[in-house]
Amino acid sequence: MNSVVLEQPLDPWQWLGRYEQSLQGTPGQTGATAVFVGSMRDFNQGDAVSGLFLEHYPGMTQCCLDDIQRRAVERWDLIDSLIVHRVGQLYPGDPIVLVAVWSAHRRAAFEASRWLMEELKSNVPLWKKEQLVAGSRWVEKNTPG
Amino acid sequence: MRISVRFFAGLREQLEQTELELSLPAGATVAQVWEQTAKGAVSGPVLAARNMEYVDFATHLDDGDEVAFFPPVTGGAR
Repeated sequence: MNSVVLEQPLDPWQWLGRYEQSLQGTPGQTGATAVFVGSMRDFNQGDAVSGLFLEHYPGMTQCCLDDIQRRAVERWDLIDSLIVHRVGQLYPGDPIVLVAVWSAHRRAAFEASRWLMEELKSNVPLWKKEQLVAGSRWVEKNTPG
Repeated sequence: MRISVRFFAGLREQLEQTELELSLPAGATVAQVWEQTAKGAVSGPVLAARNMEYVDFATHLDDGDEVAFFPPVTGGAR
C-alpha cells in the first residue's frame, strides 16, 4: 500500500511497472490487477480549459490517501494498492491520478479501485483551479462518475 | 493558547491570507477560530481540519493545534 503526492509529471505506466516489481506476495497469488488513470480534459462545463492548477494541503493530502487505502483493505481482500496523485500545474492530456489495486479475484480489484476513486474525489484535500481564455475559476463540484 | 490557522484554495484567495497565529482562551472551539478569522468575509460551504484530520466546528482545541479551513474538495480526474 502506497500513496504518493507528485509535483513532477506523472508517467502512470512507469510507476505501475516499477511498483509491480516490489509487489507484496508472489506473482502467482495475484489473479487481478485493476488500474485507473485519470487525465486532464480540455473542456469543462462547456468551456475550453487550457490549464489546471491542483492545490493540496501538504501532509494532510498524503494522510487522507493513506487513510482511504487502509479503509479499502478493511473492506476488500486486497494484496496491495497504489495511488499516485499529481499536484501543481497541469495541461490537457497530462495524467492526474493513478489508482492500482491487486487482488486474488477480479471483483475485489474492480470494486476497490472504483471506490478508491470516489473516496479520493470527495475526501482528499485537493482543489482544482481551471485556466480559461477569459481568466481562471475554482472547480466547485465534481462531475458524476 | 496558541493556535495556527491555515486557509486553502478559493478561501485563501477570498481572505487574501494563507496562514496566521491566534491567541485564544483554553477550551476554545474550531467555530471560535472561524468567527475570529474568516466568518463574514466568505460565503459558501467550508470544511475544517484539526492537526490534518477532518473535524466539525464544535471540536475543542488544545494549545499548539493547527486548524485549517477550506472549500469542498475537487481532486481526482473528472
